[in-house]
Amino acid sequence: MVEATLEQKYNYSVVRWFTIMSAVYLVVGALVGVYIASELAWPILNFDSPYLSFGRLRPLHTNAVIFAFGGCILMATAFYTVQRTCGVRLWSNRMAWFTFWGWNLIIVSAVITLPLGLTQAKEYAELEWPIDIAIAVVWLSYMFNFIMTIVHRKSSHIYVSNWFFLGMMVMITYLHVVNSLAIPVSLFKSYSIFAGVQDAMIQWWWGHNAVGFYLTAGFLGIMYYFVPKQAGKPVFSYRLSVIHFWALMFGYVWLGAHHLQYTALPDWTGSLGAAVSMAMIIPSWGGAVNGMMTLSGAWDKLRTDYVLRFLIMSLAFYAMSVFEGPVMSLKTVNALSHYTDWTIGHVHSGALGWVGMVGIGAIYHLITKTYHIELWSTRLVNTHFWTATIGTLVYIVAMWVSGIMQGLMWRAYDEYGTLAYTFAESVEAMHPYYAMRAVGGAIFLAGAVMMLVNVVMTVLTANSQGSVQKARTAAATA
Amino acid sequence: MAIQEKMEKNIWGMIIMLLIVLSVGGIVEIVPLFYIDKTFEHNKYPEIVWKPKPGQTLQDHKPGDGMRPYKALELAGRDIYQREGCYLCHSQMIRPFRDEKERYGHYSLASESIYDHPFQWGSKRTGPDIARIGGKYSDDWHRKHLRAPRLLVPESVMPNYPWLQENVLDGETIQAHMLGMQRIGVPYSDVDIAAAAAEVKGKTEEDAMVAYLQVLGTMVKLDESKAYRE
Repeated sequence: MVEATLEQKYNYSVVRWFTIMSAVYLVVGALVGVYIASELAWPILNFDSPYLSFGRLRPLHTNAVIFAFGGCILMATAFYTVQRTCGVRLWSNRMAWFTFWGWNLIIVSAVITLPLGLTQAKEYAELEWPIDIAIAVVWLSYMFNFIMTIVHRKSSHIYVSNWFFLGMMVMITYLHVVNSLAIPVSLFKSYSIFAGVQDAMIQWWWGHNAVGFYLTAGFLGIMYYFVPKQAGKPVFSYRLSVIHFWALMFGYVWLGAHHLQYTALPDWTGSLGAAVSMAMIIPSWGGAVNGMMTLSGAWDKLRTDYVLRFLIMSLAFYAMSVFEGPVMSLKTVNALSHYTDWTIGHVHSGALGWVGMVGIGAIYHLITKTYHIELWSTRLVNTHFWTATIGTLVYIVAMWVSGIMQGLMWRAYDEYGTLAYTFAESVEAMHPYYAMRAVGGAIFLAGAVMMLVNVVMTVLTANSQGSVQKARTAAATA
Repeated sequence: MAIQEKMEKNIWGMIIMLLIVLSVGGIVEIVPLFYIDKTFEHNKYPEIVWKPKPGQTLQDHKPGDGMRPYKALELAGRDIYQREGCYLCHSQMIRPFRDEKERYGHYSLASESIYDHPFQWGSKRTGPDIARIGGKYSDDWHRKHLRAPRLLVPESVMPNYPWLQENVLDGETIQAHMLGMQRIGVPYSDVDIAAAAAEVKGKTEEDAMVAYLQVLGTMVKLDESKAYRE
């Protein structure tokens, strides 16, 4: 019995727990997101409470979706993929559990400290210095275990997914350490050692590469293993994978400067960032094509395999986002889009459409593989697919409209050559779109709840049938 | 593809190659910002940054004298600004466009944030830019606006901050913060730090917030006829 031998050969337990926690954190992160989206539409929801005010909850939302949901699914998939493609068990079980408990403790500390207003005030790097140190330690344990597992591999070549995971791990270490350099002034307060323009450039070097490596390279690692597995076909083109990988590793690092067009950052830096951003369309689309064409000859599977639908839809959103991004980095477009909701829309077409959907696909795949059981309800997966897709579309359309409208209202002049609108008028004009965005987010959240129910029910069924236990003992007697 | 073949079989080779490839972009874009003089406008126009004469303290600075470190009360306000996440909805970076000039004032210079650890340029304008909000409204307006923004601006979506008027500042805390800033190069004198506790004594977080907002954009007076940036 193949499944049984796998259960004994590999460390699936830690993968199972990371997978379950990522399903939990998606619900939490999306819930906070819907709440703060609603605060912008209906500010009474701030309830005059420091702990519920938008400015404190927004970092909680971004940290929950990026580091809690994203981190857990990246750890689940990297630990699963590296074992399966190297043919060996994780190098250290104890270190893997250290990573699991450490990462979850960091998440708990974020949930406590962010609403208390303890923050370094740098976007996506808000957590204060003691937590930053913990992040570095736990992250290194994750990377070290991953590398050592590859060192002891049985296969001769390192599989493409592992390149992407490795690139992410190295770069995130680098970014996290440099961007978080700060001088502590008390146990929970510190100041960045960098100031002004240099701090801005370092922050967006971190900020864009948190997107480029954590949320793109890491999730491409997921894509390169789970799409071929779910489709039952090999990756479309090996050459394209190589180009996709190295172009991404080299190019993405340059893009951060495009967040600072027309600011006090010197012009050469922003223009360089934009130029490389444009060039990145080519390898990014190469990667998207590589993923989608893996289905070549097996397109009919999309009709019956709902998990595969998530994976392919995620690639469609990936292709769209990596086109939209470079367009927004162009100075003329950026002059309009910067500071507006268009940016928020762009982030969410990547976060909900690409990261969310490929992560969701991986969660469903992992639950069935590591619990040796079918999903509790495949119909629910289909419903989830449509809610996720519709929710994402409603969200990004709302932000496109509001973002472009904001940009145009701010620069509009009337016939006398004076500014046509006050800022407050532009805020008022946003209201319907802020409400629409909250609805889109709520639809996406409903899907995430469906997934959590499905995952919990599948796990309970597996427990009552003892499927994991059977796999273990079957292997032991085999 | 020979190198690729080798790296696919040797994890250490791949790690070394990654370290090299991943370093290039950051080194090219970040390191020069510490060395190229043109990055900061005050290298060409030194009057942008205030140079205290011997014996002068922060209290001797007058609006328009040039960029200086934040006074104790302003720094306390800036800490609260960060704690409440204000930077998530308000930018402090005016771009060189006609509409931004009319709405917010002269475009922002790099030299104007040399003492900002961390920078507060922001990335989103859910509310307006506040880089030069200092002096545009009265202290009283700011207090009312912080407590209940919609009483003054009905369209606003800003949260109410009623708790700021209740919380009282702590002198030792702010001294520790200034000392930290001094260690990373912000030119606070020991006299400034010693005077800090008395400066914030009995003041509320709301007082600090108003002091911070009122100083934004007022430290330096920019000259319309000068081309600070090309």
